[in-house]
Amino acid sequence: MARGIIGKKVGMTQVFDENGRLIPVTVIQAGPCVVVDKKTHKRDGYEAIVVGFSPAKKVNKPHKGQFDKAGVEPHRWLVEIRGADSQEYEIGQEVKADIFQKGDRVDVTGTSKGKGFQGTVKRWNFRRGPKTHGSRSYRIPGSLGSTDPARVFKGKKLPGRTGGQRITTQNLEIVQVDPEENILLVKGSVPGTRKSLVTIRNAVKAG
Amino acid sequence: MKGGNLVNIINRIENKQKKEDLTSFAPGDKVRVHVKVVEGGKERVQLFEGIVIRRQGGGIRETFTVRKISHGIGVERTFPVNSPNIKKIEVVRRGDVNRAKLYYLRKKIGKAARVKEKRT
Repeated sequence: MARGIIGKKVGMTQVFDENGRLIPVTVIQAGPCVVVDKKTHKRDGYEAIVVGFSPAKKVNKPHKGQFDKAGVEPHRWLVEIRGADSQEYEIGQEVKADIFQKGDRVDVTGTSKGKGFQGTVKRWNFRRGPKTHGSRSYRIPGSLGSTDPARVFKGKKLPGRTGGQRITTQNLEIVQVDPEENILLVKGSVPGTRKSLVTIRNAVKAG
Repeated sequence: MKGGNLVNIINRIENKQKKEDLTSFAPGDKVRVHVKVVEGGKERVQLFEGIVIRRQGGGIRETFTVRKISHGIGVERTFPVNSPNIKKIEVVRRGDVNRAKLYYLRKKIGKAARVKEKRT
């Protein structure tokens, strides 16, 4: 059954593994989260838990209603962990970083850093044109298509707002777990800025 | 959770891995590095002796490079200062140099590639 937790990206550093090699890791403050609601097959048609993270003084009214119903103090973020077995959890129960162990594979979801309005070279990895030999087409997108349809097809890759999207990085290895401080060290990079919210779930494609 | 805490978390993770009993050495010093190597499941200690030509980076990322002449060929090896694979660093000779990075030694051969000993 799926397990998951939400947390805050702390930043990146490096740690030595047991072979003495330096490994790049992302530090995540994962939890403590609290179960606010459970979604069941009977009531909602699917299984999930709703967890809150980071206690907050101010929350908006619709959110406050959810916390009041569960009898839990308000938290800043509310995220649904889809696929988690609702029978394993009680409302009000704490979810901590120790649901993961060293060596587990996880998928980490976050909002990527906003890059603003970018051209096709950065946004879609188009190749650039020649820089010399009289060329002036350094970073232009090139042809938009054939002349026959007399229009540009929908979904054509063009310049535009880049980043700031929901991105999942799959199959990252958990390098270290600190259950007391609720800290996870995940090998490699993770989407988003420091202090941004990330969701950590066990990997879909692990193996 | 406060924002300033985040840096502290990373500092704590890094400081935990730092060696406490680090020998002090600087570029120009001749050192003997005791490196742990694993060969066919067996562990042994290998020596790498030469002149430190660079020390760069900070914290857990700090590394140093040792240069030696092996069978007439210059060999350089870079180690993380805090690597658990380094069992010991012995300083054989303190060098007296005027630079932090001794890249000029790469172009010198034989007598010219010597480093003056530091007199105290």
